[in-house]
Amino acid sequence: MSRVAHLIALSLCAAALAGCGERAQIGASKLKKADAKPWESASTDYTDSGWKAGDETSWQAQIRTRNQSQNEYQRTGSVTPAK
Amino acid sequence: MARMKFICDSERCIECNGCVTACKAEHDVPWGVNRRRVVTLNDGVPGEKSISVACMHCSDAPCMAVCPVDCFYRTDEGVVLHDKDVCIGCGYCSYACPFGAPQFPTNGTFGLRGKMDKCTFCAGGPEANGSDAENEKYGRNRLSEGKLPACAEMCSTKALLGGDGDVVADIFRTRVMTRNKGSEVWGWGTAYGQPTAAKTEGAKS
Repeated sequence: MSRVAHLIALSLCAAALAGCGERAQIGASKLKKADAKPWESASTDYTDSGWKAGDETSWQAQIRTRNQSQNEYQRTGSVTPAK
Repeated sequence: MARMKFICDSERCIECNGCVTACKAEHDVPWGVNRRRVVTLNDGVPGEKSISVACMHCSDAPCMAVCPVDCFYRTDEGVVLHDKDVCIGCGYCSYACPFGAPQFPTNGTFGLRGKMDKCTFCAGGPEANGSDAENEKYGRNRLSEGKLPACAEMCSTKALLGGDGDVVADIFRTRVMTRNKGSEVWGWGTAYGQPTAAKTEGAKS
């Protein structure tokens, strides 16, 4: 009898804990289209030549390289950050 | 790869509006819609600060939370995009967004509100990458060409940085260490000044 009571208590606890879950409470549109990954595109005339279309790793490397072109300290090698 | 992020260095922004122009030209953004704009505080006063603002591609985006038709989605790179075929142009997202990013084109004799338009981090939308349909609805998809947003890449003083959040943060950190100031970027202190002792005491009561 006590075993049954334990089982009931455990299931009640599990049910109560389920209320603490953080589920998304927004509606999910079924009409929304899926988007392609940026590295999946076929090469066009505008595609930068530093990576291979379809290859995620090369795309990520290309983005990181491109990012560093915004870093003039690295681009020119002129300034060393103060310690 | 970390999430894609923008950061604007207010110590460097000279309010040239080059980013705004680059965005407009790159995506053929219609008249009256400003995906990006430059905000200046204390304009004309010595010490004025400017910052370039667009969609911040929030990690927990309020526009996504309030959209009644769930037209928003976030890519694996952390870019917040939306499906214009699902958007009903209600404007809830514009009320929810703290940056004023969602824009609505007005067209027709009665100034009808069109579907929402916003910064896409130059990542297009849910159409085939680089297709005419994508270009027509969302503008150019530079990420799928292995490039970064036009606004950041065009910035003449490199005040506006955009790309992998970790890399962008590293570039900014190097700058701050080199010039020994300007770590506050943008926020309450930059916009309104540091609270004085009297104000702080007053706030306590």
